Amino acid sequence: MRYMILIYGDPAIYANQTKEEIQAEYAEYMAFGEEARKRGVNTDVGDALQPPTTATTVRVRDGKTLVTDGPYAETKEMLGGYYILDCKDLDQAIELAALIPGAKNGMIEIRPIVTDYSA
Amino acid sequence: MNHPDLHTTIEATFQRESRKVIAHLITTYADIELAEDALQDALVEALDHWQRSGIPANTGAWIMTTAKRKVIDRLRRHRALQKRLPMLVDDNDEFHDDEPIDIPDERLRLIFTCCHPALSQEAQVALTLQLLGGISTEAVAKAFLVPLTTMEQRLVRAKRKIRDAGIPYQVPPIKHLPERLETVLAVIYLIFNAGYVSPKGDSLIQTDLCDEAIRLGRVLCDLLKNQPTVGENAESLGLLALMLLHHARRNARTDEAGEIILLEDQNRALWDRQMIDEGIALLDHALGFNQRGIYQIQAAIASLHAQAPSADETDWLQISLLYGSLAHLSPSPIIQLNRAVAIAMAHGANNGLDILEGLANDKTLCNYHLYHATCADLYRRANLPEKAKRAYERAIALCDNDREKSFLTKRLIQLA
Repeated sequence: MRYMILIYGDPAIYANQTKEEIQAEYAEYMAFGEEARKRGVNTDVGDALQPPTTATTVRVRDGKTLVTDGPYAETKEMLGGYYILDCKDLDQAIELAALIPGAKNGMIEIRPIVTDYSA
Repeated sequence: MNHPDLHTTIEATFQRESRKVIAHLITTYADIELAEDALQDALVEALDHWQRSGIPANTGAWIMTTAKRKVIDRLRRHRALQKRLPMLVDDNDEFHDDEPIDIPDERLRLIFTCCHPALSQEAQVALTLQLLGGISTEAVAKAFLVPLTTMEQRLVRAKRKIRDAGIPYQVPPIKHLPERLETVLAVIYLIFNAGYVSPKGDSLIQTDLCDEAIRLGRVLCDLLKNQPTVGENAESLGLLALMLLHHARRNARTDEAGEIILLEDQNRALWDRQMIDEGIALLDHALGFNQRGIYQIQAAIASLHAQAPSADETDWLQISLLYGSLAHLSPSPIIQLNRAVAIAMAHGANNGLDILEGLANDKTLCNYHLYHATCADLYRRANLPEKAKRAYERAIALCDNDREKSFLTKRLIQLA
């Protein structure tokens, strides 16, 4: 089953990161990718996202396209990155999510991806 | 000709025998709704067939074979389900076979699915009662005091989440077993307490919930014992012991009018000695594994009460120490409340009041009627009637159970 793994975190933590901390976190994410591959799960589909200050929200009302600055929902935690993982079941997805570095100071949301649109 | 009795017998036999069948169907086809529908079809056929030809010798095998045939029927009828037909091919030979078949016991896998942490606790409880207890949605709704439609929606949503999120049907690997088992035990204990506390509910259904929780506890202990990678588990045995030791007092807990009788005032001759003996034996066995846990400690406390000839002759010192270690393992103001009572019994009301007064600003306790009722009782014993009166009044104001309210009111009047 495919799962979208959404990585949420406190923007304050990222705002004050030193260069070394950023590099260390990057290395942790690389190590996570390696660990997932060892368990037979590919992490190629996934990336970090630019901060919510760069987000744009689009909606169409009465045929008019409305564009607003900022993310859809203003929350304390921001969506900082994502993966799309093909896992055996939810237990494997939870196990991998727990290994994502962002799980330690933020939280990970797991969303199963719809595969059968005929059902 | 009508056979109302036979009809009831068939339904009861079917319900009892189908617990293993439903677990097997669900884990085989990984589709709860399909399994339930097929079992319902099989019940219809059983009512017809068994009334005419009698109840078969091996009812479990009969239900299994029929239900599997019904699964195939349903898959053929619904085109959307047809792509799943290939996975049934292996089972085809069974359908022409009238030999008794041994139904593999998949209930342990199903318990862990029903109590998966990705489901809300409400959903865990409802699923466990329905899929492992075979209890109807109506009865589950009634027991948990929610409208039938709410309970129906809760169950449907939970079953869909299991399917759509890919919650597996498996006994978790050993390294995750302790935390996953903790969830299962919490669900069983919650079912038991829903019956024990009897919140404004129908008393018949409430007793059934206690029996059902004890049955589930027994099944869990047996299944773990027979699972080679897991084996017997101290806390599961501890929970079963705890439930038995509490349930042993069921006939002494209320009077004819349904009013609550406190432990100290209960007629101990009404306690179920056989159940107490079983609970104590289970607890001794559990303690032998040397893995302390909250259920074993609570069972130990209950066993000291069960062995005491009267409230005064209870080993309150030991009980207060056990509450101390319980508070250490699972810090909670309610446990502190119980510890204060034990200390008051062991060392005098004033010592208990020292602890209770220290808890006065606790957010949970200050709105909890039993906190104020306990304070009131200790003030009464410490000969402080004014303080006792105020505490009783506060307890009565906060209490929403009529029987407990009338009990507290009686105590308040006795004070004057």
